[in-house]
Parts: sequence; C-alpha cells; structure tokens
Amino acid sequence: MLWLAIFFLVPMGFLGYQSLQSGDFPHFHFTWEFSNYWNVLHSNHDGGYREQYIRSFVYAGIATAACLVLAYPLVYWIAFRAGPWRNLFLLFIVAPFFVTYLVRTLAWLNILANEGPVVRILRDVHVLGPNGRLLATTFAVVSGITYNFFPFMALPIYVSLEQIDARLLEAAKDLYASPTRAFFRVTLPLSAPGIVAGTLLTFIPAAGDFINAYFLGTPNQQMIGNVIQAKFLQSLDYPTAAALSFILMGTIMVMLLVYARIVGTEKLTG
Amino acid sequence: MNTAAETLAPPIRLGIGTRAWRFVKRHALTVYAVLMVGYLMLPIAVVILFSFNHPTGTFNYVWNRFTLDNWIHWNAPLGIQSAIETSLELAALATLVATALGTLIAMAIVRHHFVGRSTTNLVVFLPMSTPEIVMGASLLTLFLNSHNAIQLGFWTIFIAHVMFIISFVVVTVKARLIGFDRHLEEAAMDLGANELVTFRKVTLPLIAPAMLAAALLGFALSIDDFVITYLNAGPTQTFPIFVWGVARVAVPPQVNVVASAIFLVAIALGLGNVFWQYRSAKRTRGAH
Repeated sequence: MLWLAIFFLVPMGFLGYQSLQSGDFPHFHFTWEFSNYWNVLHSNHDGGYREQYIRSFVYAGIATAACLVLAYPLVYWIAFRAGPWRNLFLLFIVAPFFVTYLVRTLAWLNILANEGPVVRILRDVHVLGPNGRLLATTFAVVSGITYNFFPFMALPIYVSLEQIDARLLEAAKDLYASPTRAFFRVTLPLSAPGIVAGTLLTFIPAAGDFINAYFLGTPNQQMIGNVIQAKFLQSLDYPTAAALSFILMGTIMVMLLVYARIVGTEKLTG
Repeated sequence: MNTAAETLAPPIRLGIGTRAWRFVKRHALTVYAVLMVGYLMLPIAVVILFSFNHPTGTFNYVWNRFTLDNWIHWNAPLGIQSAIETSLELAALATLVATALGTLIAMAIVRHHFVGRSTTNLVVFLPMSTPEIVMGASLLTLFLNSHNAIQLGFWTIFIAHVMFIISFVVVTVKARLIGFDRHLEEAAMDLGANELVTFRKVTLPLIAPAMLAAALLGFALSIDDFVITYLNAGPTQTFPIFVWGVARVAVPPQVNVVASAIFLVAIALGLGNVFWQYRSAKRTRGAH
C-alpha cells in the first residue's frame, strides 16, 4: 500500500535534494545550490543545455502531431468499418510493443541505412541528392519517435471512438447533416477525450526519450534525455543531472496544467 | 452552394450521391488502413528477416544470405543467455509482487473511504505521467544517497520495475472493481462465509481476469524496459541492457533471434485471444 509513496515520492524528494548539492564525485554537499538550475538553462555556449530542452519539446511536439494525423484515420476505420477484422487490426497496432524497444529502433537503422532500398529509391527520384541520407538526420529521429509511441496515440482514440453510440450518427444523418458535417460536429467532439489522453501518453514519454536520438541521430539531434543519462552514468555529475530531470518534469507539469485548463480537467482524469 | 443543391435535389439522387461518396471514402480508408499496418509491421519484418541473415562482416545491416545458424546457436554471443535469464526472473518476480500489491491498492481505493484517498489516486497516476528518465533518475538518487546500504543490481531493478508495473495493475483492476456487484459478496456472507472465504471464492474469481491482464501487461513492460533499468542496474545485465551494450560495437544476429522469439510468443498469445473472442462472439450470436 505504501510502496508507491516510498518508491515514488521519496525518490522525488531525493532528486530535489541532490539537485541542490554541490561538489565533485563522490563528495557532494547539500548547499541549496540553486545555481545548478540556472547553469543548465543557459544557452549551450555558456555550458548550459537550453538547446537540448527546446529540441526535446519540438521533436516531441512534431512526433505527437504526426502520430495523431497518422493514427486517427486508421482507428476510425477499425472502429467503424473493420467489422470482424477489428480485433486483428488492434493486435497489429500493439504488435510493435512485442518487439524489444531497442531492437525495433535498431531495425530502423537497417531500413534507413545509406545502402538500404529506401535511400536508394529516394535518390533515384531525386528527393534526396546523390549523397543525401536519412540516417543521422532530424527526420530519422522524429520518425523513430513517431513509430515507437504510435500505439499510445492510437489506442485511447480507438477506445473513445468505439464508445460512440451509432444512433447519434444516424440522428445526425436524419437531421440532414452531410457526412463531413456529421464527422466534425458529432464524431470528432465525442472522440476528444481519446485525443487528449493519446496526446499526453505520446508527448510525455517522447519528451524524455533518448534512445531514438542516440541510435538514429548525431550529437546535433541530442535531446535532454541524452544529457541526463550521460551526466548520471558517464560524467557522474549527479547534481546537474538531477537539476536537469527536475526541470524536465517541471516543464511537463506546467504544460499539463495549461493543457488541462484549455481542455477541461474532467477529460484529463477520464 | 452545397446546402442549396442538397435542399433542392430530390431525396433519391441525394442518396445515390452520398452512397457513391461513401463508397470512395470507405475504400480510400481501407487502403490507408492496410498501408498503415504495413508501416507498423515493417520494422518487425526486418527484425525477423535479419535474424536469418548471415552477415558479411561484423555489421548485420545488409542482407547477405539465408542461414539458420543464428537460431541454432542463439546463445553464442557471450552474456546473452544470462541476460535473458535475468530478464525473465526479474519480470516474473516483479509482476507477481506488483500484481498482488496493486490489487490491494485498487481494492482500498474503490472500497474504503480513507484519509488521503484522492492523494493515493493521484500518486498512482503520477508514475504514468512522468518521463521514464526522470523516474529512473529519482530512484537512482535514492539508492546513491543510501550511503552504500543499497548496492545497485538485481534488487534495485526489481524495486524499480514493481514501481512502474503497480500503476498499470491498479488502473486495470480498479476498472473491474467499479463494475463489480457488491451484492454477490453480501450474499456469500449471508450464507455464512467469513471474509477470507468470501474473498477467495467470490471476489478473487471475479477480478481474476483483470489481474491476469494486468500481470501480462506488467510482464511485457518489465521485459521490455530499458531506460529505468539502465539507470538502476549497476553491473547487472538484462536483455535490453545487453542490446545497448552490443549496439555500440556491432549487434549480432542472435539479438534479432531473441527479439523475434519474444515477438512470436507474444503474437501467438494475442492471436489466440483474438481467435477466442471471435469464436465466443460467434457463439453468442448463434444462441440468439
């Protein structure tokens, strides 16, 4: 019963405690070192990580939008047109989860590789220059994130679409609404809770991700997750890493609150 | 213009027009759905395909020729077998503990009005709304600040896994408990069963499907988790950490073999479930 309190809240306290310490490994002292926070927020020329922060949120935002646009028509089809194929297609959506995260990201290395068929075709049709490539670009990182978090977007939208009473759509038709109008006035608003949930479930993990940037990008695509991870495990600079984590979580919390204000709290908690 | 045409046109022509439009739309969507499934399946197909590859050099990026060697000698790379064993042990143990604790939390939240109930609700929700890296980092600082009382390793990963699985268990079991008919328990008590017997014979069987679903989900999450595990692992290697380690050098095709095997087991369970649901749906339809 108290497990969560012990192993979630207490660690958070320690994270805050650590983030205010100063000194070098392994001798840290608690000194209310708020400068840890200001330092990491400086621009990269001044030894901060502002660019990685901005990049994380931009990438996560683009990937979330891409997920929404890609997922909505698919789950719409599954919910209203798939008939007996419904469960099978739902299984297809969750199938990527059955392959180890790292391995399925590595598979994109094979697909987007310079010697691979995708790059060759794109070069042949002159979308890419003769030396153009997909790997180690922003495109690769964002599409990796999009692929990896796609089910988080698709499933909540599916659930909310599936709950829509078909009689409401019939009523809209009986009242001479065109299918387009019925979609925008009935279906879309009723699926809004799913969209809200899906957006959160995609955006939050995407903002903290570092696997995609690590495998599919270069140091120029590094996100804040990469920095936190490296600070903890390679440079052993725990206070900075803790401050970075705290800022990341704080920013997400603020965004969450703003989002809740816009869409209404009931939709957030279900 | 559209509305004018619609109000003026005779109803039959409108019907044909709408039907034709819908025909086009339906098929466009179907094509789109199939294409999307193709996109979702592509990396999986690549993983499975390259598990049969005989790589030319150390890198398993370019297709060379078909071989079964990787599947036969799946444990050839040093450390892969022990990593898998650790992953399985960890997943089984963490799932077991998390399912038990999570069910109890869910029952407490749904059944009892205690002080701090809504806080508990919120705390359960928090791990799901925090990026993994922050959660992993916070646990790591806890362990690091224990002044060597806790050594990073199997048990620290275990604690971390239980923590994130628990939330999923609570949410799943809670949903089931809310739709639960309390009269069944009252009936059992009226018939002379004590609380323990009632729980074992009535409550438990009714929430068991939700517990099983949560446990399967938890197992899958635990086996797959990298970020939190990596931060709290110390020298212990799970399968994802093994992959991370070799990815810096060259990924042996055996990694694809193991990933494919995990995928095939999971998909077999999933397909079995789809098939079972399909049949039971058919049976209930037949009964009417």
